Amino acid sequence: MTKVAITGLGMTTPLGGDVPSTWEAALDGRSGVRTLDNDWVEKYGLEVSFAGQVAVRPEEVLTRPEMKRMDPSAQMAIIATREAWANAGSPEVDPDRLGAAVSSGIGGVWTLLNAWDTLKEKGAARVLPLTVPMLMPNSPAAYVELEIGARAGAHAPVSACASGAEAIATGYRMILEGRADVVVAGGTEAATHPVTLASFGAMQALSRRNDDPAGASRPYDVTRDGFVMGEGSGIIVLESEEFAKARGARIYAYLAGVGLTSDAYHIAAPEPNGRGQARAMRLALESGGLSPQNVAHINAHATSTVVGDMIEARAIRSLLGAHADRTLLSATKSMMGHLLGGAGAVESILVIKAIQDRKAPPTINVTQPDPELEVDLVCDIPRAMPQGDVVGINNSFGFGGHNCALAFTNA
Amino acid sequence: MALSEKEVLAGLAEIVAEETGVDAAEVVGDKSFTDDLDIDSLSMMTIVTLAEEKFDVRIPDEEVKNLVTVGDAVAYITGAQS
Repeated sequence: MTKVAITGLGMTTPLGGDVPSTWEAALDGRSGVRTLDNDWVEKYGLEVSFAGQVAVRPEEVLTRPEMKRMDPSAQMAIIATREAWANAGSPEVDPDRLGAAVSSGIGGVWTLLNAWDTLKEKGAARVLPLTVPMLMPNSPAAYVELEIGARAGAHAPVSACASGAEAIATGYRMILEGRADVVVAGGTEAATHPVTLASFGAMQALSRRNDDPAGASRPYDVTRDGFVMGEGSGIIVLESEEFAKARGARIYAYLAGVGLTSDAYHIAAPEPNGRGQARAMRLALESGGLSPQNVAHINAHATSTVVGDMIEARAIRSLLGAHADRTLLSATKSMMGHLLGGAGAVESILVIKAIQDRKAPPTINVTQPDPELEVDLVCDIPRAMPQGDVVGINNSFGFGGHNCALAFTNA
Repeated sequence: MALSEKEVLAGLAEIVAEETGVDAAEVVGDKSFTDDLDIDSLSMMTIVTLAEEKFDVRIPDEEVKNLVTVGDAVAYITGAQS
């Protein structure tokens, strides 16, 4: 059976403008969450005044025309794509055998609302012609497709905060189905907009720890009070093992299996017993011919919400049983906030790096773990992972009851 | 006060450079937007929309196809002022 190799990594996050800087900051347990300096926080009376914004602004990296032709969500995806593609050695591949799968959870919210402001203030004649190509949810996928010249298909499977992981699952299937030899896949989000913050705030989904932004994202801590908005993008290069080996590519890890389920329970709340989440993890392992006993590390979805964190912890316990005591669980949203559609891809890269370096990154801000937590949570400093063959899982769940688990194995 | 052709050209070159990445020095009288500057129709419409705002003129959609060269656009905008 074809194996799917990972040969290139790229990202831009609140912790750093690329993979090396983000990974270093993550191992150091730094926070990328800060007080917002935008005047709209006070102007519109936002109850939450902080977020995890990208450490390197896109305008520092892209040209002015690139900035003007892309929504910030696509800008970040392109920055991550360029890093990942170069990191993979800019593979020479028949364009008909090259695919793209990139999605975002929210899409071009800045473009849409800027156009709406223009319409109201200046009239229809001033609305720019590129508004639709910039706001459409497939825009990041399309710009990545154009960037690398991918003609095997470009997809944008949208599933809220599972989007980035589901895009990687889509890329995996494109290779297994024989549609492509190489797929550039991942997720992106740039929705730190007052409307998004106000809307998540209205759901009471966001932490309101305005006096301590860096301490606000605290998955599994007893005082957690909601997630922290983040932004950024993660992109990986997937290849069939045969293609990667034939061109002598460096293989970081393998994407051994994917599991996708849906809860059919509630538009925003996860099913309380975490059955769909556990089943997604089980399917990811089964599709890769792996057993729960092989799992050495999990990067949890864990967003720091009161309800969500423990549902996932219970799902992990139900899947792994006593082996959960020996599985290193990391909740990296504690450091960068929740990147929504970007989260699944960025956190997948952290799993891949963890497997490569045999270091599980820390969860910060946990001063008192939830007493019901029955998993081995990596706190404050990285922990060594076992040598030999290991499995690392990335979990991503999205509003709508979308559950996506990705199982990675060492090279 | 109406701008001179030279001033319109400078302002137009700024928009074209900003939107497309074409060097502003390349945006001169006899250059064709499509053939010489490689500007596609969507970008051309963006330039027209921004130029209408910058120079406070109206460029009807049916007029845009006649603006083949930079000089055509400069002449039209200069004449359309007030």
